[in-house]
Amino acid sequence: MAGIQAAAGYVPRYRLPREVIAKEWGQPSAGGEKAVANHDEDSLTMALNAALALRGSAAPPDAVFFASTTSPWAEKQGAPTIAAVLDLPSAVRTVDFGDTLRAGTSAVLAALDAVAGGAASVLVAAGDTRLGEPDSPAEQSFGDAGAALLIGGGPGAAEVVATHSVADELVGTWRTRDQEFPRAFPGAFEAKFGYARALGEAIKGVLTKAKVAPQQLATVILPASSPRAPQGIAKALGLDPKTQLQDSFWTTVGDTGAAQPLLMLAAALERAKAGDLVLVCGYGDGADAILLRATGNAPAAAETVSKQIEVKRTLPSYGRFARFRKLVKKESGAGDVSSPVVLWRDRKELLPLYGGKCPKCGTVQFPKHRVCIECGHGGGLTDQKLTRSGKLFTFTNDFLFESPDPPVTHAVVDLDGGGRIYVQLTDCDAERVEIDMPLQLTFRKLHEGGGFHNYFWKARPAQ
Amino acid sequence: MNLKDRVAVVGAGCSKFGEHYDRSSEDLVCDATFEAFADAKIEPGRIQAAWVGTMSSGSSGTSLADFLKLYNIPVTRVENYCASGMDAFRNACMAVAAGVYECVLAVGFEKLRDSGQRGLGMFGSHPVVGYGTTAPSLFAMAANRYFKTFGVGKEVLAPVAIKNHHNGTMSPKAHFQMEVTADQVLKAPLICSPLGLFDCCPTTDGAAAVIVCSRDLAKQIRPDPIWVKGIGLAVTSGEPYMKPGFAYTGFPATRLAAQAAYDQAGITPKDLDFCEVHDCFTITEILNYEDLGLCEKGEGWRYVADGRASIGGEVAVNPSGGLKSFGHPIGATGVRMIYECAQQLWHKAGGRQVPDAEIGLAHNLGGPGAVGCVSVLGNS
Repeated sequence: MAGIQAAAGYVPRYRLPREVIAKEWGQPSAGGEKAVANHDEDSLTMALNAALALRGSAAPPDAVFFASTTSPWAEKQGAPTIAAVLDLPSAVRTVDFGDTLRAGTSAVLAALDAVAGGAASVLVAAGDTRLGEPDSPAEQSFGDAGAALLIGGGPGAAEVVATHSVADELVGTWRTRDQEFPRAFPGAFEAKFGYARALGEAIKGVLTKAKVAPQQLATVILPASSPRAPQGIAKALGLDPKTQLQDSFWTTVGDTGAAQPLLMLAAALERAKAGDLVLVCGYGDGADAILLRATGNAPAAAETVSKQIEVKRTLPSYGRFARFRKLVKKESGAGDVSSPVVLWRDRKELLPLYGGKCPKCGTVQFPKHRVCIECGHGGGLTDQKLTRSGKLFTFTNDFLFESPDPPVTHAVVDLDGGGRIYVQLTDCDAERVEIDMPLQLTFRKLHEGGGFHNYFWKARPAQ
Repeated sequence: MNLKDRVAVVGAGCSKFGEHYDRSSEDLVCDATFEAFADAKIEPGRIQAAWVGTMSSGSSGTSLADFLKLYNIPVTRVENYCASGMDAFRNACMAVAAGVYECVLAVGFEKLRDSGQRGLGMFGSHPVVGYGTTAPSLFAMAANRYFKTFGVGKEVLAPVAIKNHHNGTMSPKAHFQMEVTADQVLKAPLICSPLGLFDCCPTTDGAAAVIVCSRDLAKQIRPDPIWVKGIGLAVTSGEPYMKPGFAYTGFPATRLAAQAAYDQAGITPKDLDFCEVHDCFTITEILNYEDLGLCEKGEGWRYVADGRASIGGEVAVNPSGGLKSFGHPIGATGVRMIYECAQQLWHKAGGRQVPDAEIGLAHNLGGPGAVGCVSVLGNS
């Protein structure tokens, strides 16, 4: 039976207390705080950084699915970026899932189908950065996060017991091509006739197939647009909300859209014991229900979800948040330029981060030069994949550099295992940067020169 | 090629440096070059070839020829980052020393204030590799590494700014004529930490020109030509921030260029009366003392703090005020340094005159410390 081989969540470092939003608009606060993607993050980078944190299978997946309602691209896939950064062979299937909050769980179901159809494993990476309309409840509710699952033939972290999906045509929450912010029909219409009904039907379906009673479930993962939302379903099923419902992280991270059920699953699997039944559900234009049996052997991700929720930086103001998400208008810009030709030609260096190693003197260097920078050997360098961790050699906090979060810290980083790279630091307090501090590389958006997203690596303090 | 005493400067000119919103490159180049012609008392028609250094204010030999109507002779534009000016001078000297020409012109100019850009903008052309490298950010990274290595802090930078601004008050053509205090320097807004506003040279408009002749012609033109004793140029990695092991506590390009110039001149740093060095940032001047051999590595901050680099000290460094106070129109700077050397060696430098100056050095540094050019000149 196919299963979840490994899972990892990605919670961005920044938080915005809901009180700050509430105060800005003179509205009551819904309490708690929400995770906010840094200005150099988007749904794709968060999904990708979650995928990079996955531990488990050594063999490359046969397919990469990217799920998001907020892909940075409207036309162009995100999944190939993930495949390229993970250094997967070109014979990999890439698909983006979008358009519904159910995109995350639907991608998992499609991955299970692919494995049933012969794929050895499939990577599912989800990320969402939904933009709530300023001065609306949605703005307080929505948070940003990513999550990744590796789906494969063996049980790994959890085996799949049964699945059930229902489709439902109902205009409850939507965003048209012309709208920037998701809208919801006012009142309890969707909660009662969309969410509760569709999820109820999907859950009933999967439990019937598996011949499992609700009381046997160790953990139930229900998407939550508010802390209150799952309570009705829990009550209808006779669940104990305190022991059986997985925390949606609404209070600490927010409603993270298509990534939410996967993020919750990653957290649930971190503490699941062997034999635990875990029910993960997605909602949107219907519902998905996936019943899993945990093995108790989930490979630890690079960082647990709970640790990432703890490690945070609070945004000082609503204005900073608004600038991050481009809710305020700026007309003067950095004037960045780019070249798709150069990015394509150098893709092996820029995405999976290959440098060169001199066959004569052994110096590891980035970029991969034709002639060795150390000894002048002109016979070419061999490919050397660089590590994603290192130590700060020197730096400066640049106050002239145009940024939504000044100053920008430029850094010279000596990577573990060799190679020196020049990158920006991110997710860090400029005043606390010091020489020799340990750093981890993280994949980010550098700029929008040429009218498109230019991605590259940055570094942030190691935890 | 050993240049010693084979070529000489017979005329030098320099425009007023500053923020010339009301003047064009043409105005500045003509000011500087016609001053040089007048200084040498020769007609423009004597020039057989010319080199023009500019980093971004013009392209090709026409950028000089069109201003001066200096047509029908070889004119070459030289670009070598911030060392463009001195490399133009070097090319002029080499051509004369090779015996191809007897009388040539070297001009440097830059018009930075027309663009509205803060500083020089970013280096490099790759969409993401090296993205964000600017002059202040690269030298600031050297400062932080120097501080860490030698256990000093930001306060060691202030004496450089104080000294050079003081010297600048005696330079009528300098961009700034104002004294600064340690307090002003240390409390100035940060540009790239640890470098604040007064640790950075300004962005300046300006031009400078020198006329270079063969030994025989020089003696006919004036009784007191300024003799070129040696010139070195070295190019090292333009991406030191990705060069494994690069120490960031100095610039090998300066050391190599200086050694070549000292060897040709047959001198050691002890023989120098003064130096015009590339103080694009205060930290750079401290590193320059060490790289030029004025003091040991790690001692540069003490060298200036102890007054050894002041006029009347051991070796007067930047009597003109340097880039810091005289200003830094990129392509002009290297030629402006030769102009200043000539004024000092002719003992025409007024209030900033280094007493009994006989031998001086000029040092131009380009890019992230990647291009070093050093000239040694003397009046005998």
